Amino acid sequence: MSTSNIVRSPAGSSTPSPANPFTSTADLPRAPDGFIQFIAPDGQLRTDTDVDRDALGRLTRDLYRGMRLARRLDDEAFALQRQGELGLWLQCRGQEAAQVGSIAAVRADDYVFPSYREHAAALWRGIRPADLLRQWRGVANSGWDPEPYSFHIYTLVLAAQLLHATGYALGVQRDGSDTVVVAYFGDGAASEGDASEAMNIAATNDAPVLFFCQDNHWAISTASSSQSRTPIHRRGAGFGLRSEWVDGNDVLAVYAVTSALTEHVRSGGGPALIEATTYRMGGHSTSDDPTRYRTDSELEAWRAKDPLARVEALLRAEGWSDTAFLDEIQAEADELADRTRRECLALQAPDLADAFATVLADVPQLLQEEHDAFVAYRDSFLD
Amino acid sequence: MLTLCHALNSGLRRAMEDDAKVMLLGEDIGRLGGVFRVTDGLQKDFGKARVMDSTLAESGIIGTAIGLALRGYRPVCEIQFDGFVYPAFNQIVSQLAKMRARTNGRTSLPVVVRIPVGGGIGAVEHHSESNEAYFAHTAGLRVVYCSSADDAHWMIRQAIAGDDPVIFYEPKRRYWMKGEVTPEDEGPPRPLDRAHIVRRGSDVTLLTYGGMVATCLAAAEAAAEAAAEDGRDVEVVDLRSISPLDVRTIEESVRRTGRAVVVHEAPTFAGFGAEVAAQVMTRCFYSLEAPVERVGGFNLPYPPAKVEEEYLPDLDRILDAVDRVLAA
Repeated sequence: MSTSNIVRSPAGSSTPSPANPFTSTADLPRAPDGFIQFIAPDGQLRTDTDVDRDALGRLTRDLYRGMRLARRLDDEAFALQRQGELGLWLQCRGQEAAQVGSIAAVRADDYVFPSYREHAAALWRGIRPADLLRQWRGVANSGWDPEPYSFHIYTLVLAAQLLHATGYALGVQRDGSDTVVVAYFGDGAASEGDASEAMNIAATNDAPVLFFCQDNHWAISTASSSQSRTPIHRRGAGFGLRSEWVDGNDVLAVYAVTSALTEHVRSGGGPALIEATTYRMGGHSTSDDPTRYRTDSELEAWRAKDPLARVEALLRAEGWSDTAFLDEIQAEADELADRTRRECLALQAPDLADAFATVLADVPQLLQEEHDAFVAYRDSFLD
Repeated sequence: MLTLCHALNSGLRRAMEDDAKVMLLGEDIGRLGGVFRVTDGLQKDFGKARVMDSTLAESGIIGTAIGLALRGYRPVCEIQFDGFVYPAFNQIVSQLAKMRARTNGRTSLPVVVRIPVGGGIGAVEHHSESNEAYFAHTAGLRVVYCSSADDAHWMIRQAIAGDDPVIFYEPKRRYWMKGEVTPEDEGPPRPLDRAHIVRRGSDVTLLTYGGMVATCLAAAEAAAEAAAEDGRDVEVVDLRSISPLDVRTIEESVRRTGRAVVVHEAPTFAGFGAEVAAQVMTRCFYSLEAPVERVGGFNLPYPPAKVEEEYLPDLDRILDAVDRVLAA
């Protein structure tokens, strides 16, 4: 990765990213079935590759910070929903490693097409909490201007964004730019026709796009084992994409694999796909009741693989953190939660009359008549 | 004189010459030039990067066009036949149409979706449909029909130059119909969203678009020829843009004639003619001498080619409706 890589902190300001201590996927520790994992669930570091330990420590601390802040935001948003301040919230708890590990490994100008649960990735890109909540509070259809963040708005119709990412990548290719386009999707979305069409179009055109699948095991109540007979990474390979399979709860492994595949795409190697195996610890949404379709023992088994606890254990085991560091992040997380709450409560409902101007480039006569009639009707009330 | 097909080709060529960001994508549009040859020769002259043969995936065509537009390109997509647009329906109505509103007006998607439309060429199933009502019902799309060579040449360029997504219908039975094209130095004849009174008349207004414009003009001529005995002076309005709809021109015409017949190929039930009739009723009620009539397809899947002439509005059915509104 280039040293000019800049990541935006959650406060919206830019900070230099840590140097990438990894070089390629060739030396990644992988199981015989191809599964790549660096940190065992107990926090034991498995990598025996020739990495710069100091750089690895700095990277691990940065990623840990991004994950902790994301979880705090997620918890606060969940609480806000339960208190009636948000209409809906889609928790990303459990998926912090997959999201932070991947977003930290790409350049700040690499263009991202998220699905709708990529709060940790969005936060890393500097999108403000209030903008993340805007859509879920029901005050806007989307929350932020994509351009400054190179981060498109959320897409709720599954897999549609994979085609947008592929098309955007075709444009990048025609511009002769070295931008990489990153598209997030889930195991459920992989069943949509658009996912297959996108992978095929990307492959047949050598489009510079990296597909990042978070297999979080559940598409609402349908298990990923019922969703597909073939692992997504094998499907990617079948379309002709360079494909890897990674422990999505292992932030270092995700980071390393994403770095390597991003460079593969950037250097003209064609599109690639990463399948990150992870777990959605909450429901699909705050309206969902996951106890109806999954067991306590399953949840417990995945709690033992919590991506955040794993990094904490690693930081301690390697001596990469101290109390001051952890206290500092705790304080930052509390401040983030406080800001999230304040900004959420301050969000105002939009004026429906303004919506008429957002449909076409100019307002046609009939629509102007509807607007005027609506405003006149509303103004006819005394209060 | 150019055929409508050649006029489209020349319009696309000019648009590509004028703006390097304009690119074409669709199935078989490159070396073959499209199944109707609308894009004939363009890949040879502009290269494969700008005239791109798509994989056989309609959703993929529209979805990637959206991504290209987000990157600053002006993609013109070809859907091979009207009945093949349905796999792309989600991308068109949920993504293409709504992106501007979803981003609170920030994002433009200047994407044109060209669709050869309608029957009358003896085609097999899924090759003769009129599906404009689906798209006209979706806010955020412009839905336009060309009906002559002149309009084809200019409307395609205006559609590409504009910042809104456009569903651009090309009546396939008129691809080979010839007409004059307004020279470049005279500029575009009329704005993309303006209707056009193609024949003046005083007794009744035919409100129509696309392939039915020529049919309505023929009906009007037939009525005029019979003028000596029981003649009718029929006005024909080519709506051209059905969304947004140019209600001003409709209103002006119907107020003058006092009678209106809406003619289109699509089934009349919940068809676009229902919207036109309702607009006329609301706006011109006190000028109307008779209820608004509709002439269109029956509420059937498009029938086999051997009986399509019975299904499609023809001179007799149109003049029959003219008689009904005049008898009222």
